[in-house]
Amino acid sequence: MRSMKAVTSRPAAMYVPLSLLLFLIAFVLLCAQDVPASPARVRAADTPDDWGTCLRLTWSQAGPADQIETYEVWRYDGAAPALTIPTVAADSVDMLLKSLGWAVVDTVKITDTTFTDTGLDAGSDYTYIVAASFGATKLPSEPTVPVSPSKQYLRGATVNVLVAVAVFMALVVLLVEWARRGAKLFIRRIAGLEAVEEAVGRATEMGRPILYVPGLDPMDEVATVAAIDILGQVAKKAGEYETRLVCPNRDPIVMAVAQQVVRESYASVGKPHLYQDENVFYVTYSQFGYAAAVAAYMVRERPATNFFIGKFYAESLVLAETGNATGAIQIAGTDSDAQLPFFISACDYTLIGEELYAGAVYLSRRPLLLGALKAQDYAKIIILVAMVLGIIIPMLSPEFFETYRSLFG
Amino acid sequence: MKRQGPVVVAFIIGMLMLIQFFTPNPFFLRLYNLFLDWKQVVLGCTLILGTWSLIRYHTRRIGRRQQNWQYSYVTLIGLAFMVLAALIWKTEGGPYRWMFQNIQVPMQATMFSLLAFYVASASYRAFRARTFAATLLLIAGALVMLGRVPVGALIGGNIGGHEVTVSTIADWILNVPNLAAKRGIMIGVGLGMTATAIKIILGIETTYLGKSD
Repeated sequence: MRSMKAVTSRPAAMYVPLSLLLFLIAFVLLCAQDVPASPARVRAADTPDDWGTCLRLTWSQAGPADQIETYEVWRYDGAAPALTIPTVAADSVDMLLKSLGWAVVDTVKITDTTFTDTGLDAGSDYTYIVAASFGATKLPSEPTVPVSPSKQYLRGATVNVLVAVAVFMALVVLLVEWARRGAKLFIRRIAGLEAVEEAVGRATEMGRPILYVPGLDPMDEVATVAAIDILGQVAKKAGEYETRLVCPNRDPIVMAVAQQVVRESYASVGKPHLYQDENVFYVTYSQFGYAAAVAAYMVRERPATNFFIGKFYAESLVLAETGNATGAIQIAGTDSDAQLPFFISACDYTLIGEELYAGAVYLSRRPLLLGALKAQDYAKIIILVAMVLGIIIPMLSPEFFETYRSLFG
Repeated sequence: MKRQGPVVVAFIIGMLMLIQFFTPNPFFLRLYNLFLDWKQVVLGCTLILGTWSLIRYHTRRIGRRQQNWQYSYVTLIGLAFMVLAALIWKTEGGPYRWMFQNIQVPMQATMFSLLAFYVASASYRAFRARTFAATLLLIAGALVMLGRVPVGALIGGNIGGHEVTVSTIADWILNVPNLAAKRGIMIGVGLGMTATAIKIILGIETTYLGKSD
């Protein structure tokens, strides 16, 4: 009987520590669950590259995202006095902060841990609090150290560009001056530009017009400026040979400039009477409307020579292939790398990228402009040297040798 | 002054815009936005010039009975109708919107779709394997085209522990030799653009003003 009692009381004795253990585990698990806390590590710092009107705040997540609803950013204009908030009731926190001169700047999402405060005065101090808000509870952070936004006179991210532009500008001025003093500058032969004379001559022999398309972009695109520069040289040659030059335009400003350039070019070779407004005309602003009109012109009038110089888009192949089908000699030039293959396959000569910008200089052979062109070559040498150094210098590091050794055992 | 004035204006405006790029000073930003607004105003004015040029061009064609002069009537009537339709019925609906949606948009789409045929004819010419370079282009082109379609990923296999398919070869062609050449061109273009801008700002290049020397 005794032994029987002992057997039945043993499991009961085991339940007590087991229950205690389960309770402990449950307690630990409950304690381990995140409870909302005020945002930590709140920092305010001056925003770089601005005119002293912004400060940037960063902080760490306050607690579990499913409990926090929003963050409130509070600002105090100046260095805030020491702050003790004895409550977490949202209304009381709001009332207390407002009574001390704090003001809500903005409310941000719980997923955000950064905020940029704008419209501030450069040189004035500002102190911030970020309050985590959930239900009727609000947990404000410690106030930040007072920070004042400062003016930056130079955008930090553009310093390298500034240095590069300054070096390049100095090179241009130096070589232009050199050219002005009569230095002989060698420029490599560019087949597409050498062919201009031949192309204009061919149109003259055939008694057909020359078609010049100055791209589709407006005058503020540098490629269009280059196209207009080349147009001036082509118009001079057309004037010398007394050949009709037709220039349909997509942009009215480009048309106005092209009219002036062609008129002046004819005048400069003593043939001002050759200029007619109707040969440099406006077509339409519509991309494919323009392509259709120019293609139709090529089919109807059969110009002997086509120039496609400037910025082109998807219509490039429509123009170049139509010109190819009409049997015209075609010279294209663009800096649109996506259109280059189309021009190369459909045109007789193509000015690739920088050759477009060298066009007017090459044709005019003006010493001053040759100096600027030569500066491009020297700049390319500098870039090339920088690239080679950029490859060699990392190779001299011990890490590189280590990687190299590990690769080849 | 007539000749120097525009060069001086180009220098001042060019320098201001150059400074604007490097400084966060709001004065330069306001100036930049002001010039952009003025550009729109100038564009609006020159649009009148452009329209006048278009009308003159087509009326002359009609007057001289040049080849296909009848189509000039279509242009002029279309131009007048669209202007009147926009003034009378506004641009949100009515005949203007209908003409735009049902005539201009399909015509533009037609021109765009013609590209498919032009690409075919240009590719045929470019891919004729007459020289070593053209043969190389043909092979590279074929690999890239095949690599861009789903079957390209199925052609190939595991070579020396590396997955080599037509798609990976196509990616390599695009990302290595093609990109290297592209970057070379872009560096040249960047320098060319900067040189042209400097030449204009410093008054070395004045052809765009209609004077070459």
